Amino acid sequence: MRLGPRLEQRVATALLWVMTAMTIGVLVFIIVFVLRKGLPVIDVGFLTKNPVDMGKGGGIFSTVIGTVSLTAFAILIATPLGVGTAIYLTEYTWENAMTRVIRFGAECLAGIPSIIFGLFGFILFVTKLGFGWSILSGGLTLAFMILPTIIRTSEEAIKSVPPDYRTVSFSLGSTKWQTVTRVVLPSALPGIVTGVILSVGRSIGETAAVIFTAGSALRIPTSVFSSSRTMSVHFYIMAREGISMPRAYGTAAVLIIAILAVNIATYYLMNRFIRRYS
Amino acid sequence: MDPIAIQVSRFSHYFGSERALADLNLDVFRNEILGVIGPARSGKSTFLCALNRLNDLVRGSRVEGTISIEGRDIYESGTDVIELRRKLGMVFATPIPLPRSIFENVAFGPRMAGVRQRTRISEIVRDSLEKGGLWEEVKDRLDTSALKLSGGQQQRLCLARILALKPDFILLDEPTSGLDPISTMKIEDSLRKLKKDYTIILVTNNTRQAARVADRTAFFLNGELVEAGPSARIFTAPSDPRTDDYLRGRFG
Repeated sequence: MRLGPRLEQRVATALLWVMTAMTIGVLVFIIVFVLRKGLPVIDVGFLTKNPVDMGKGGGIFSTVIGTVSLTAFAILIATPLGVGTAIYLTEYTWENAMTRVIRFGAECLAGIPSIIFGLFGFILFVTKLGFGWSILSGGLTLAFMILPTIIRTSEEAIKSVPPDYRTVSFSLGSTKWQTVTRVVLPSALPGIVTGVILSVGRSIGETAAVIFTAGSALRIPTSVFSSSRTMSVHFYIMAREGISMPRAYGTAAVLIIAILAVNIATYYLMNRFIRRYS
Repeated sequence: MDPIAIQVSRFSHYFGSERALADLNLDVFRNEILGVIGPARSGKSTFLCALNRLNDLVRGSRVEGTISIEGRDIYESGTDVIELRRKLGMVFATPIPLPRSIFENVAFGPRMAGVRQRTRISEIVRDSLEKGGLWEEVKDRLDTSALKLSGGQQQRLCLARILALKPDFILLDEPTSGLDPISTMKIEDSLRKLKKDYTIILVTNNTRQAARVADRTAFFLNGELVEAGPSARIFTAPSDPRTDDYLRGRFG
């Protein structure tokens, strides 16, 4: 069917509009559906009380602690590792076979399904190294899951620092380390922070890897060796075992709100930084 | 003190298999302004970057011959390259202020060199901005971003930045090519004043600028030094026909 150019243009525009609407529509549907069912359950008590009776009653406080501690632990490990790797790949080596292998390895790591990570974490951290079900095991596993993202975004951020800044820094008598830490990294910080925040968003919702490594204890964790349940695991268990659907939705709603908040914060910070530094 | 500050002897510079500078022999006299002229891709910038070993950062960089500064070959192993780069301050064709305040830009070099006291740094910043001819214009806004300055001001900031390190030499690579005539004049005036205390090498594609400012001038072509001598002679009666052709605009 041959359309004239003007008609073709309008059909194309309409089609693109429909596709965009569908994409946004799915997102809106999920958010509205979960919030509609979950918001009524949420109140101050829900967020500050511990689960009672295996989750049939009470709140989700200990799972909030679980999510926060696991995410914090993962970020604390993955950020220096990831940023360090990115610095090494961009500033301390020329492009060669070795850097390509490292980068390829990181990309492969990114593609591994999270449940395999869970299995890996279980075998290595929980069993072999004897850490048991714990925030330590879960945090380490999560750290390796988010590592590729941090490496990739940090690399991009470092590469986008104008080469001229390095030239100027060297010509003023700086060492390589001074140039990296005082000139390159400060300029690359917005990009790096964005990658870290994106990883926070992912860690908050991660379920499969965590359930095999951090366990599902309902008590508030007392140390990194304590087992701990995260909100996403809590939702999974409550929904699957039919313990309390309203509370499951409530947990899901808190999760979605947290992830939305993290993403909005990312956008806001990113814009502020870009405006300040360009 | 030896009147010859830099002695370039049979110096060639390669990047991989490409030869950028061929068998240069050139003396630079103390407290002179040496103009370096020549068409594009003649090796002028490469020569400048060879003096402060900034070319070391380029992959595949390799040299033959010697460059002696204050009697020592700077390509000898064991040379402190960091200190060398402080002694030979470089101003680039496009002004490159770092994304920070005016004060922090000028303070950058001294800070990297280990100067810590705030009062000492403030003194150095003020002194350098005065020497660079920028102090009056920025003294009330030292903490504002350097990126907000005009092109001419940014270039004078770059000059102040290297002066903060108390160099012996000032290397300028086409410093006024993107600037308006007033800014150009201000920078040329600064150079005339600075000649007393520094040795200056000025690369320029503007032969008239070299005639105005330089005591001696060197003409580069295709990586070779064609001839060098007092500017008065070079611009009126060059020895080599290629120099004559270039100055008359027959090519370039």
